[in-house]
Amino acid sequence: MASRIYADRKIVIISTFLVIGFIYIVRLFYIQVIDKSYTLSANNNVLRYVTQFPARGLIYDRNGKLLLYNEAVYDLMVIPRQVKDLDTAEICRLLQITPEGFNERMKKAHDYSPILASAFEKQISKETYGYIEEKLYRFRGFFVQPRTLRKYPMSIGAHLLGYIGEVTPAQIEKNSYYKQGDYIGISGIERAYEKQLRGIKGLKIRMVDVMNRDVGSFENGRYDTAAVMGGDLYTGIDAELQQYGEKLMMNKRGSVVAIDPKTGEILCFLSSPGYDPNLLVGRVRSKNFGELNKDPVKPLLNRAIMGQYPPGSTLKMANDLVGLQMGVITKETRFSCQGKGSSPIKCTHDHVSPLDVYMAIQQSCNPFHWQVFRAILNDPNYATVKERYDVWRNHLMSMGFGRTLNTDLAFELKGNLPSSAVFDKIYGKGHWNAMTVRSLSIGQGEVLTTPLQLVNYAAMVANRGFFYPPHVVRSVGTEKTKFATQKNVSTINPEYLDIIIQGMTEVFSGAHGTARAFKIDSLTMAGKTGTAQTSSGKDNSNFIAFAPVENPQIAICVIVEEAGYGATWAAPIASLMIEKYIFRTVKRKEIEDRMINANLLNN
Amino acid sequence: MKEQKGIFRHIDRPLVVLYLVLVLMGWVSIYAAVYNNEHASIFDLSQSYGKQLLWIVTSLVIALMIILTDAKFFNAFAYPIYGGTILLLIVVLFAGTEIAGSKSWFQIGGFRLQPAEFAKFATTLALAHYMSALDFDNRKRSSQFIPLIILAIPALLILLQNDTGSAIVYSSLALVLYRQGMPGSILLIGIAVAILAIMALLFNQYIVIAVIAVLLLGFIFFIRRTWQNILKVIGIFVVASLFVLSVEYAFQNILEPHQKTRINVVLGKQIDLKGAGYNVNQSKIAIGSGGFWGKGFLKGTQTKFNFVPEQSTDFIFCTVGEEWGFVGSTIVVLLFLALITRIIMVAERQRSEFSRIYGYGVASILFFHFAVNVGFTIGLMPVIGIPLPFFSYGGSSLWAFTILLFIFIKQDSNRLILV
Repeated sequence: MASRIYADRKIVIISTFLVIGFIYIVRLFYIQVIDKSYTLSANNNVLRYVTQFPARGLIYDRNGKLLLYNEAVYDLMVIPRQVKDLDTAEICRLLQITPEGFNERMKKAHDYSPILASAFEKQISKETYGYIEEKLYRFRGFFVQPRTLRKYPMSIGAHLLGYIGEVTPAQIEKNSYYKQGDYIGISGIERAYEKQLRGIKGLKIRMVDVMNRDVGSFENGRYDTAAVMGGDLYTGIDAELQQYGEKLMMNKRGSVVAIDPKTGEILCFLSSPGYDPNLLVGRVRSKNFGELNKDPVKPLLNRAIMGQYPPGSTLKMANDLVGLQMGVITKETRFSCQGKGSSPIKCTHDHVSPLDVYMAIQQSCNPFHWQVFRAILNDPNYATVKERYDVWRNHLMSMGFGRTLNTDLAFELKGNLPSSAVFDKIYGKGHWNAMTVRSLSIGQGEVLTTPLQLVNYAAMVANRGFFYPPHVVRSVGTEKTKFATQKNVSTINPEYLDIIIQGMTEVFSGAHGTARAFKIDSLTMAGKTGTAQTSSGKDNSNFIAFAPVENPQIAICVIVEEAGYGATWAAPIASLMIEKYIFRTVKRKEIEDRMINANLLNN
Repeated sequence: MKEQKGIFRHIDRPLVVLYLVLVLMGWVSIYAAVYNNEHASIFDLSQSYGKQLLWIVTSLVIALMIILTDAKFFNAFAYPIYGGTILLLIVVLFAGTEIAGSKSWFQIGGFRLQPAEFAKFATTLALAHYMSALDFDNRKRSSQFIPLIILAIPALLILLQNDTGSAIVYSSLALVLYRQGMPGSILLIGIAVAILAIMALLFNQYIVIAVIAVLLLGFIFFIRRTWQNILKVIGIFVVASLFVLSVEYAFQNILEPHQKTRINVVLGKQIDLKGAGYNVNQSKIAIGSGGFWGKGFLKGTQTKFNFVPEQSTDFIFCTVGEEWGFVGSTIVVLLFLALITRIIMVAERQRSEFSRIYGYGVASILFFHFAVNVGFTIGLMPVIGIPLPFFSYGGSSLWAFTILLFIFIKQDSNRLILV
């Protein structure tokens, strides 16, 4: 048989087959065992890591009223690499966007990551969500992520509660918890309690088929984690008082802060002009933010902790307290006052002379307080003016001036209480004395305070010498905050505070008290007016107060910018606020109407 | 041990066992590939795995019928069978139903038949019949060309059906010609032509021509520099250059766009994960993600969730790769190699020339299908849509491969009787 001679060719043929088979096995080993990228691609094909966003914590007022809660919205997410055969026109129609808008969004998502999900359209309304969900199977690469929006039911406390916004790339880099499109507290309590409010994100691993349809959980949810809701915040805020305060301060620039002296809990915290906090929520946020930011009256500025005002006459008691504590004056000490003819500081009131500390507070006598200040800076127990000034300054710092109070509010400023070194620098060492820095005696000159410092000072007086850091939040969930245990004791003996309180009570009850028009017969109030000169030439109307004197429940500071005398605006507003807080209703409708209706924005 | 009686006595058991193992693995793979919870029973006749079971059972019946047929029948009736299938291939061009761009199916009720599948064994029978004839002589012109014509007729008809993949299968029968004495140089030239064609497509044609020139100049250096030799080398150069130029021309002007992209993707010239490359990419992802041990039975996600197209037919190997990993894939590759090697060994023990030639035809066709099908799922071959024997879902192909193999098994069982 002729072809038998070719029998050895079977070796060639079998060898060829085996070599090819061997090449295939090597190739299989490479793609299955060595190259891991296929596993990754397979996971990208099938697995969808759906972040479970925890609901952000709610915020309540002291009476259990909701200040801030969540509302459900939906984000349309996209994974650009998976988008295939998309009906662009359809999606544009559903979302009511233009083709250009579509391309822009797509590019942005692609730039972020072609394989990771990013928000294509945020905060879709419930109706749109309904349409989209029905047709989602046709939009490969798209899915819907439920989220929540913050909602302020009473539209109050904008500066206090603050707002949330999307994290910036820098924040993402600093804290890996955050992913693009996440929200983070930007200001106020939202910022200060970000960690407690945000909760813990959960993760669900879902599987999808080639049509991007959900086909169940991965390994029966073995690797899924549930989201843990953020902690609820229970604040000391009195929502009604806050609302009332915002109403009184309409069309005025300034701030009202009230605290409970017994605990340091903030009852009311407002900066005016304010804004409806719901404006800075959701899709309208950036547009509204831009408008508010451009507004010349600066509604975004949180004057309560960032406004640094000359305290004016409200600082006089601090000066008196130092004098009493150092022993350079007693409650019997009288100084003379020549009224408008006084030198170097004139008096703005007509009253008897010489007068004691009670009368000086009641009638806000400038010369008296200047002479107290001079006595302090000439105290023979100390060798130099510098030393005496430092003593004065340290006493004031113990009352909370010239420093931050370690509250739970972000961006708190510390005002200004210049050190002796500053004066050394301005005037030269040994070249300054009481005369040089005399303005400090009446709360003018270099000294600046925030409304929060002033109200804290009022609370310190009310407590006869101590305060707790003013704070908004009493407890996170069931866990109490530490503020109410951090007792700050001033360097002043309580007996001297009694003297001051007596004087401040007479501000309301005295025959010549600067706030006598705003006393309440059934309530002992203590207060002090301040009419602070400003660089604009117009005076700020300042007032601090607390009540009831015998058992203080509220301390308050009111500042109305460029409005005139302390007794004209700040005092009545403070008085109304106290009435509202103690009695829950306000009977003095005539004063109330006058305050509400006054427009002092353009003073 | 009891001696087996009758017609089953000389059946080659390794071949039958390998066949049954492959068919069963194929069935289970189809089940896994298209598995869904609502039709969890592997016997559910509304699903492709249930239907495949019907095909398997009928295939076994067909196999039994072949065993029961007189072995001489196939040699004697090789031409009528060949002629009949050629007729079917012609009729299907007019009366066939077009599916996925190929007009290669007879639709009879809910039942589809693809004559091209059956043409493979018919052609192999005809080839074996012709080449085993006593007057067959390698040195005769007619003996050299008639085998080529036997192959070319069905291949061209199938090409006309627009089923390029099935047509190319016939080229594998060149191995049979080689075994029967076709000069190895022809096979080498064929391979050289293929390499040259690939180079021409991969690189700039003029660079390829330049490289050929440099190689041939080097070649001249080593051979005796007679005028004759130099003229031969120049002749080779001219032919090769013309070939390179014409490949480029053919590629640009004759091939259809989808064929061009397929070739480009396989050559790595084009990365097109959404279009032509999508299938191969998804297929590689499915197999690659299987890892060493695989994801486990019914745990494959890429195939089950339809990321891999045609996952129960052309891409059935993906399910093996994904669910059984490197271990399972290697076992399947080794089973195929075992089957094919066994066929060649069995072919070599034939005393009948017809049986041996037919055996080589069976081995060549099976190997070609295996190499191309597995090759394109792992990205080593262009996607030429031909099934993986015994694995891919489909009645025609399973029947045709069963017939192809069992005719050979029948021939072998009679090897001691036949001359």
